[in-house]
Amino acid sequence: MSVVTNTTTIGAIEAPSRRNTELMMLAFAVAVPVFAYINVGLALDGKLPTGVLGYGLGLGLLAAVAHLVVRKFAKYADPLLLPLAVLLNGLGLVLIWRLDQSQRLIQRAEYRWGSFSPDAPKQMLYSAIGIALFVAVLLVLKDHRILQRYTYISMAASLILLVLPMFFPARNGAKIWISLGPINLQPGEFAKIIIAIFFSGYLMVKRDALALASRRVMGLYLPRGRDLGPILVVWAMSILILVFETDLGTSLLFFGLFVIMLYVATERTSWIIFGLLMSAAGAVGVATFEPHVQQRVQFWLNPFAEETWRQSDQIGQALMSFGAGGTLGTGLGQGNSDLIGFAANSDFILSTVGEEFGLAGMMAFLMIYGLIVERGVRTALAARDPFGKLLAVGLSGAFAIQVFVVAGGVMGLIPLTGMTMPFVAAGGSSVIANWALIAILIRISDTARRPAPAPAPSPDAEMTQVVRP
Amino acid sequence: MSELTLTVMRLGFLAVLWLFVIVAVQVIRSDLFGTRVTQRGSRRSADQRPQQTRQPAAPPPQRQQSGSRQRRGAPTKLVVSEGTLTGTTVALQGQTITLGRAHDSTIVLDDDYASSRHARIYPDRDGQWIVEDLGSTNGTYLDRTRLTAPTPIPLGAPIRIGKTVIELRK
Repeated sequence: MSVVTNTTTIGAIEAPSRRNTELMMLAFAVAVPVFAYINVGLALDGKLPTGVLGYGLGLGLLAAVAHLVVRKFAKYADPLLLPLAVLLNGLGLVLIWRLDQSQRLIQRAEYRWGSFSPDAPKQMLYSAIGIALFVAVLLVLKDHRILQRYTYISMAASLILLVLPMFFPARNGAKIWISLGPINLQPGEFAKIIIAIFFSGYLMVKRDALALASRRVMGLYLPRGRDLGPILVVWAMSILILVFETDLGTSLLFFGLFVIMLYVATERTSWIIFGLLMSAAGAVGVATFEPHVQQRVQFWLNPFAEETWRQSDQIGQALMSFGAGGTLGTGLGQGNSDLIGFAANSDFILSTVGEEFGLAGMMAFLMIYGLIVERGVRTALAARDPFGKLLAVGLSGAFAIQVFVVAGGVMGLIPLTGMTMPFVAAGGSSVIANWALIAILIRISDTARRPAPAPAPSPDAEMTQVVRP
Repeated sequence: MSELTLTVMRLGFLAVLWLFVIVAVQVIRSDLFGTRVTQRGSRRSADQRPQQTRQPAAPPPQRQQSGSRQRRGAPTKLVVSEGTLTGTTVALQGQTITLGRAHDSTIVLDDDYASSRHARIYPDRDGQWIVEDLGSTNGTYLDRTRLTAPTPIPLGAPIRIGKTVIELRK
């Protein structure tokens, strides 16, 4: 007879704070975009770009401020979230600056609007505002559980944010903007964070009812009719957004987020099946009578058809630039992704990545997004309170859905929707909102990884000896 | 700019980008903390083989010697000498060690005769290690005597819980 002999040594390891690892990774994350910036300059003009010092210092300064705040106020936070976000933001700035240099886009802007204004300085400003919001969230939000108090307020706030764009004129076919004087906002970007707060607060309270009160039919747990209420309401909301704002992206994000969080809260696969069926029914239903959505589907199915090409050659050009990139890419500054024209540096920025970095670079980009989502889910696993768990899953889920919707749309996997690639695409709302999202994740991970306080010394030991008969 | 330089920069950039991803994954790998488990031995048969056929066990890894505070002759580790967990050692670093079938015990006993919270071993103020039975069903034995009160553990004395025997060693 043979037994396993466990000759093992078990020793406790205290949780390290990992701040120095974060600093090292941050230095790396600033160096990579600076290298890319020099690369663009050399490829376009054959000499070192003049702005490289200012650009490097600016990005480095933003990263340093964020790092110091994390070091002071979220000591045990995850060491990777901040460097990954800084890298994406930095590379986004380089790509936008590279597209600003394109003669084609400059001529196009001068022809269309009479003047051309570069987007890179604006994006740098938005990044600075984003970091400021990041710092503010970490300073104000000492404990993520405070957000739980605002469950229903955030429901109201997110509804308002989602409904508001209906009253503003449509831009490029989708009503996702609100304009206050010179400032244009995409409230959907902020709504995704606020709605994650509402869903986590709501599901934390209701999850037992949703998970346990069910009948088993054909191996599936079917929820009771009245428990279907919330999912029906959210579904109806997302259909309304799709119909009235003609925005496929926000609607998908909103509903997908709810289904993910329902699944995580209740551990019932039936919710996912219901969610998929309902979104399929909704999408098909709306696509049959909403002309804007119909058009998007047509563009997606026949990107190279003559009909499509006459109206918008964006998807076709994007697919061509992915193809032109090949495996290793054409090199920074040497692609022709500026042929996309409109929205080349916002919704379609991924095709510049695909063309100039090739498949290899594209995969690296997707890996970096994947790592951010992984750290978010890891944070959810480590979190000790159910609200924090749900919120971390919700925020990383929203991030993941957004990446999927944009990347899928640009690559022709799903119909294109008006959403921006987090951190990389030009656009203020997106960068600012995503920095806030990362700040909340860092706050949750700080709470989750902070070592538990030492238990109070128990007086039992001595007491038993005293009481001994 | 020559074609060669641009090609080198293009491939260099991809290499740097992937290096970042790989370093990030390494950080995740080193981020998995919890309990450190050092495997030292392997399977051996239990049917009374002569001792010399056992694989030579490597010496236990040297813990950080904070011995200046510790008294001479104080035990440094707890060793399971009989039962399914034979060979497991736990370094004694001033923490309370709980034994039982409960999953949050320091040593989780897979033993039909053990209670879920069976006993605990802790240092008193002078650094003397004490074993205390936590109201278990089948009792905790130090040598041959069943414990009724927290008792100091002499070095090398067997503490028996069901089929498991543990002792403190230097």
